[in-house]
Amino acid sequence: MANPIIEFKNISKKYDDNPVLKKIDFEIESGKFYTLLGPSGSGKTTILRMIAGFEDPTSGEIEFEGHRIDLTPANQRPINTIFQDYALFPHLNVSQNIAFGLELKKMNKADIKAKVAESLRMVQLSGYENREITALSGGQKQRIAIARAIANEPKVLLLDEPLSALDHKLRKEMQVELRALQQRLGITFIFVTHDQEEALALSDQIFVMNDGRILQSGTPVDIYDEPINHFVADFIGESNIIPGTMTADYLVHFDHKDFECVDAGMRADEPVEIVIRPEDLDITDLDHGKLQVTVDSQLFRGVDYQITGHDSDNHEWTINSIHQTTVGANVGLIFDPEDIHIMRFGEDEETFDARLDSYEE
Amino acid sequence: MGTQKKSFFVIPYLLWIALFVVAPMALIVYQSLFDITGHFTLGNYTDYLESATYLKMTFNSVWYAFLITMVTLVISYPTAYLLNQLKNKRLWLLLIILPTWINLLLKTYAFIGLFSQNGSVNDFLRFVGAGSHQILFTDFSFIFVASYIEIPFMILPIFNALDEINPSLVNASRDLGANTWQTFRRVIAPLTMPGVKSGFQAVFIPSLSLFMITRLIGGNRVITLGTAIEEHFLVTQNWGMGSTIGVILIIAMFVVMFLTRERKGKGGQSR
Repeated sequence: MANPIIEFKNISKKYDDNPVLKKIDFEIESGKFYTLLGPSGSGKTTILRMIAGFEDPTSGEIEFEGHRIDLTPANQRPINTIFQDYALFPHLNVSQNIAFGLELKKMNKADIKAKVAESLRMVQLSGYENREITALSGGQKQRIAIARAIANEPKVLLLDEPLSALDHKLRKEMQVELRALQQRLGITFIFVTHDQEEALALSDQIFVMNDGRILQSGTPVDIYDEPINHFVADFIGESNIIPGTMTADYLVHFDHKDFECVDAGMRADEPVEIVIRPEDLDITDLDHGKLQVTVDSQLFRGVDYQITGHDSDNHEWTINSIHQTTVGANVGLIFDPEDIHIMRFGEDEETFDARLDSYEE
Repeated sequence: MGTQKKSFFVIPYLLWIALFVVAPMALIVYQSLFDITGHFTLGNYTDYLESATYLKMTFNSVWYAFLITMVTLVISYPTAYLLNQLKNKRLWLLLIILPTWINLLLKTYAFIGLFSQNGSVNDFLRFVGAGSHQILFTDFSFIFVASYIEIPFMILPIFNALDEINPSLVNASRDLGANTWQTFRRVIAPLTMPGVKSGFQAVFIPSLSLFMITRLIGGNRVITLGTAIEEHFLVTQNWGMGSTIGVILIIAMFVVMFLTRERKGKGGQSR
């Protein structure tokens, strides 16, 4: 593995005895797109502000390229931030905003001009040099904020929920652009969001956070397919979470039946939670189904129908299907053994990874 | 009916403007065109422009108003900046505003008590062995008291301008590599300029026509246009000349307002 560009070592943060980060450890590799994902108050923005230098950890150390950085003031870190409200200077025009950091570096005028033009080209706003900030739309402000940050050629770019103020369509466009920009520039991006869809679409690596802790880290596919616990499964995507017990390796018991699965490494008869994603469930006739449910409601969502139903144990099931069904009908559900994901109670990320490694070869 | 209702609400405003702004100004201009015997003339204006005394008085007024404004600015900006960092900033601000609720004359008389030969300041100076000094009726005491009275009017607009600055702009400046001083010079100072300008207006313009403090604290050693107007109306009864000086003062006020107006369009100056 390459040397990490940023490393958090046992970082804690308290505001007046109120802990917001609880012994955080992680490493960031150079050139990747990272996302800190979590609900508000989970501590994700605090982590970002610590990397930027706007907050100090209460205890622990932050390293940047192997050197301690948490005592370095923000203006001396080779890191730039894109703020949630863009934070463009209203008394300066577009080119003056972008040139702000370059002038401080005592770059000569001709180079600044070229750099401003290049940055504007990157965000597809060439020719906007003399516009006033107040004359820009939300999406344009967003792009200027990006141009201002990348003009400084930071080694790491921090993005604090930068798309949250944009409307849905513009947000989707900006997601594609951000991803393309990151791949073109090769700068490490650290992105903070509470939008799980955004996180899945953009990231190389996701850190799922809650209550001042990192619950799980991994690629979007890992986190979606193998959530570590109830919170992660529920927060990322839609899911059916049902209590069950582990009968044996590769055999789980719920709804009065044993089902084949692909998880192992647990004690016999250990209580667990099982996760099945709504899109992995298919509706069939009553007799062919592995499970039998009664349909309670059906919502047409454009791409598919969201169907909810309940089984004989009164567990609720959500099914996403492109086929229509009838409310009140008794139907069967089928799924494959690999669609079942088993979660143990209170398992931490280390043991979870070790257990998965022990049987996934 | 809608327009009728609207015109009804406009009445108090129009009355106010007509009775207390337009009419007095018209009267002053009218009065300034008559000499002491009641004959129509432009003589008051030529007298004013040819008289070294009046021109010196005008210069004095502008100069002292400028000094008072600068003293208040130098004290108020750092104070407003500091207040804005505090936890209960609104409360601390209120404590500074509080003295403005007390009558001006009372505050001025209080300073006579403090600064006179047997006042508290001289008592203290004698106590520490520095001897007694003439404090009252000096330029120093005049500027000191005038500044004391004007300071809240300078602090308030600057405080509000600072308060309105989005904290993430300061973070953005630091993030882009600016140290504390550079952040102040490139972000905070330009963004608080409108506040400084309104403070300048609020202090400079009233200071031009100060007359009570010049008399009670300055001991008439400093003669400003305000003092001259008072003299002409109450002592020499030359209303025409008094009005002429009034017109000059009004013009001076408009000039100051024009110079400190908010400029639209090109935001920010290129460096």
